[in-house]
Amino acid sequence: MVKVLSPGFYSTIQDLGRTGFQEFGVPYSGVMDVYSATLANLILGNHANDAVIEMTMTGAKLQFSCSTYICVSGADMSPQLNGVPIHLNKSMKVSAEDVLSFGKLNKGFRCYLAVSGGFKTEEVMRSRSMYKDVTDLNKLSKNNELKTNINDLYLNDNNSLVKVKNKHFSTKDIEVFKGPEFHLLSTKQQKLLLQNEFTISKENNRMGYQLSELLENNLEPIITSPVLPGTVQLTPSGKLIILMRDCQTTGGYPRVFQLKESSINVLAQKFTGKTIHFKLNSQY
Amino acid sequence: MAFNLTYKPFGERSILVEWPAVIDNEILNDIIQFKKIIEEKKIKSIVELKSAYNSLLIIYDSICRNFENEVIFLKNAYKSLKLNNDSVSVLWKIPVCYDGFFGIDLEVVSKEKKLSKEAIIKRHSQAVYTVYFIGFLPGFLYLGGLDKSLYIPRKSTPRLQIEKGAVAIGGSQTGVYPSASPGGWNIIGNSPIAFFNPKLKTPCFSKPGDRLVFKPVSLKEYENIKILVDSGVYQLESEVFSG
Repeated sequence: MVKVLSPGFYSTIQDLGRTGFQEFGVPYSGVMDVYSATLANLILGNHANDAVIEMTMTGAKLQFSCSTYICVSGADMSPQLNGVPIHLNKSMKVSAEDVLSFGKLNKGFRCYLAVSGGFKTEEVMRSRSMYKDVTDLNKLSKNNELKTNINDLYLNDNNSLVKVKNKHFSTKDIEVFKGPEFHLLSTKQQKLLLQNEFTISKENNRMGYQLSELLENNLEPIITSPVLPGTVQLTPSGKLIILMRDCQTTGGYPRVFQLKESSINVLAQKFTGKTIHFKLNSQY
Repeated sequence: MAFNLTYKPFGERSILVEWPAVIDNEILNDIIQFKKIIEEKKIKSIVELKSAYNSLLIIYDSICRNFENEVIFLKNAYKSLKLNNDSVSVLWKIPVCYDGFFGIDLEVVSKEKKLSKEAIIKRHSQAVYTVYFIGFLPGFLYLGGLDKSLYIPRKSTPRLQIEKGAVAIGGSQTGVYPSASPGGWNIIGNSPIAFFNPKLKTPCFSKPGDRLVFKPVSLKEYENIKILVDSGVYQLESEVFSG
């Protein structure tokens, strides 16, 4: 069991999300940065789909009630075990009563905590990912007690430390494919989208990232159609919205780009004020 | 197969199939049939199919390495569709309380449309609606068939919180909010029925192609139905609908 002493700014339980329920209007959800979360799980010998804690902007303070192994990946939020700094991307043994806490955000935006065997919180529609109206809890709060599975200690002591390419956090390039309505843009608009840099506005969360710069356009709204995490919508007022993991299943704005899956992970580590650059992948 | 479809890649592992951009029952039937035939083939690499008014998205479990091959497969599947005009579907009877207690925008709609509240309720509850697909929120049904005289623009400023069960009109559409949510539609009533239950194996009772009517009930009846719904024993009325 892990007790939440303080949840941080916004922390949730996530796995790889809910597949197979889009036809009921249920979002995928799941970890925003699949790359970092999967890394944390694999370092512990877990399954990629095991549930982790996703912490946004600031870390949580957590106390363990039994010994287990943990791994922290993703954003560098200065993790500490009983006040002593610990490495990211490395399996660590923790004992009963140990307290994991976080400090200053040095790099990235979303940090993942995996435990040996994964968190065994409520599973709804084949996923433990928290989402309002689907799971009973939609975010972690003080005094929540999160079940873990003490019988699933796959790991023995392992000192390997995985190096993560800094590019995952530093690159501005967001790789995209043409969206279904890309061809409705003028050549000039297409060029603007691919040449200019765009800034992430303060409207950014698990549902979507809005960009600050506007793209003047007179595209007609489309008949409500499917959208996916990574779809870039263009509104009549010129706002660009990049849909993220908790996005709705359908939408009515023209879809100008679709992000490459790996670029959704890169974007998930960026926050207000950071700039991005769309890079067209012409493979499809 | 009667339509000229387009096939587009949508990201790395999805294919978007599009019908002509209109809202139409024949297109809906065609999409449902096409979806069914793909599902029956039980292709392992296809993890999910989702449809909307004029589109079907086919989602694969990993990167589509050969888009053209997948499209040829889909085109052949579409060719094998047999025209099926005598479709039979379910007609659901949804109780709605149009009392002013819930219908907080009835007054505004009445003024705007120059119709009495009674006329609005009558026109809204006499139509037979078609379920096109589920989207926007878990369990939100996109319905076609609203009486043209009830078309009314969305509110210029959306409400921050619309109650669960709210029955509302936005533009040429009407629908029921399955959970509390922000929204800009005009609220004319409330239904005590649960449109989404994440604990059930099939979380929505309705599916694309179903028909639906709204049955006006009094505040008292609403309360009684609500108690039954909350305790999980309410039996929603339905009948077979052909045509």
